[in-house]
Amino acid sequence: MNAIPTLELGDVTRRFGEQTVLDSISLAIPPGSFTSLLGASGCGKSTTLRIMAGLDRPTAGAVRLEGQEVSALTAHERNIAMVFQSYALYPHLTVAQNIALPLTMKSLSAFGRLPLLGTLIPGTAAARKEIQTKVSAAAEMLGLSHLLDRKPGTLSGGQKQRVALGRALVRDPVLFLLDEPLSNLDARLRVQMRAELVALHRRTGKPFVYVTHDQAEAMAMSDQVIVMIKGSIAQAGTPRELYERPTSLAVAEFVGTHAINLITPQQGAGEILSSAARAILGVRPEHVVPAPHGSFIAKLRSVEYLGSEIVLTLCTEQGVELKSIAPGTFEPPLQGDSVRLSFDPTCTHLFHPETGARIGAPECRS
Amino acid sequence: MSFLTRSQRETLTDVWLTGPATLALLIFIFLPIMIVTILSFSDYQFGARDLSWVGWENYITLFTSAIGQRAIVNTLIYVAIVIPFSVVFALLVAIGLHRMLDWAPALSRILRTVYFLPVAATLVAMAVAWQMLLHPNLGLVNKVLSTLGSAPQNWLSDRGLVLYTLAAIGIWQSVGYNMVLFLAGLSAIPEDIYEAAEVDGAGGAWARFWTVTWPMLGPTTLFVLVVTATNAFRVFETVATLTRGGPAFASETLVYALYREGFVYFKAGYASAITVIFFAILLTLTLAQMRLVERRVHYR
Repeated sequence: MNAIPTLELGDVTRRFGEQTVLDSISLAIPPGSFTSLLGASGCGKSTTLRIMAGLDRPTAGAVRLEGQEVSALTAHERNIAMVFQSYALYPHLTVAQNIALPLTMKSLSAFGRLPLLGTLIPGTAAARKEIQTKVSAAAEMLGLSHLLDRKPGTLSGGQKQRVALGRALVRDPVLFLLDEPLSNLDARLRVQMRAELVALHRRTGKPFVYVTHDQAEAMAMSDQVIVMIKGSIAQAGTPRELYERPTSLAVAEFVGTHAINLITPQQGAGEILSSAARAILGVRPEHVVPAPHGSFIAKLRSVEYLGSEIVLTLCTEQGVELKSIAPGTFEPPLQGDSVRLSFDPTCTHLFHPETGARIGAPECRS
Repeated sequence: MSFLTRSQRETLTDVWLTGPATLALLIFIFLPIMIVTILSFSDYQFGARDLSWVGWENYITLFTSAIGQRAIVNTLIYVAIVIPFSVVFALLVAIGLHRMLDWAPALSRILRTVYFLPVAATLVAMAVAWQMLLHPNLGLVNKVLSTLGSAPQNWLSDRGLVLYTLAAIGIWQSVGYNMVLFLAGLSAIPEDIYEAAEVDGAGGAWARFWTVTWPMLGPTTLFVLVVTATNAFRVFETVATLTRGGPAFASETLVYALYREGFVYFKAGYASAITVIFFAILLTLTLAQMRLVERRVHYR
């Protein structure tokens, strides 16, 4: 990719007093990409987003927008749109006025914004008409047309979220920043809005930066996921890279719907896989399956039937708890019975016992 | 109590909870209002053995006599000065102290206490302090004025000035309370609305105020207005201690007139009429503020 990144952070450090919140972060947001900043709360992902937006300043390092250094510019001057977790709508303005606000601030003077006097200023009427056209277009795109005269206080969570998106869309920004925008919605709506966000991203063609602590959200929506742990970037890559080749134990633990099985050398990792004699062996539950001629035996502890799949909790001879995902058609034996298990050696991950760094292991090609 | 149904028991609980307060309200508020309203149509005097009904005469006296008109007009002028100045000053001080919390939290808290002192202090005692400050010859105010080259004033005995002096004291006294209310309102504004405003291009101080601060303070402002208006209409302590309505009724106000007619001249009938008018004004004002403003501040 040779194009200039839309946004680039170069060795950005942010300290609050003694505490270092971001430690020399470098990343690039390519044009048109959907990037997720993924991490547990307190890992610095929101601070990174606020530095991108210009709401916070880095203690050291560079922020480049389309190749230009913008550290000194305010949030508005960068022409970056941001959607807040709490939506941050103006309660006294109607939906239409909320969406229009970035435009009225830009194209109308302080006098032009006045309710009655404003109409006397030349050019105001034309500007207002243009704003109205853009607001209706944005509202149309988000299915808000019938709500334009309502106040935010009377809207549902999902509708407020759309208004917040509309306010971001209407100004045609160079970059969209979204700070956990779906976390206040219920599960069903969240999945629906996820798809709508992806569609919106495709329609605008502008890069999105999406902050989340939900790995499933990040994996499902993004073409680049940046995993942040304790103020540093642990790994940046496509969702597939993150899943297939996590560069560290911490990333492997974070990514994946079911937590990865980890077996230390003391717990007999070497007996299960000879190459793991001096490493932590990581194998995902979906790659451990019951098989009549499996290579090792474990006792069945409990069974969770989920319809399409069955989650088996097992215990190896060394007393290590393992999870295995069997297909939904699998007939599990009685609890306490022994089960033969097999796994694909190419779908395993080896990590250094002390540093947690990845040790070269065959790539999973499942 | 098994012979009572569940809903009857719940009703009993409701009566238990609300009963005492309702009873107290009836005895100490509604009943006196009724008695006062009835008395206002009589010529009753405290201690008199009988009374005779005089119809609207007390009200006619209040609205037609020079002194009665004086009391009404003075009170309205006083209120019209105190409300806007007290609210605007309180808002400015609150915004200043709220911002100061970021860079000098200790100083901000000290100043908040200082501004609140007049509210906590006894107004009668404070009035004595003001009397000393405003003394024509010895007072600090005139001393400062004369060193600045201005002419000293008779703050409390100049007929053209006295009402404004009292209004200034009224403002001084109420700013602290309103400031505390505004501070509470300010700290309740979520920070991310300011950040959204900044991203939207409303990050300047002026735009921030009109886009976020002022609208978000709507409910607080309504409450502050009602409280300030009610307290301003009730102005009494400063009048009683500093001027006694004088000189020549120049600082006569409704509540002071009511006190003098009722408790100095014992004209209970006439004092009752003043009370009824006073009550009617306050009720109308509060209802009007609620009706007019409430719909605009809660954003439904």
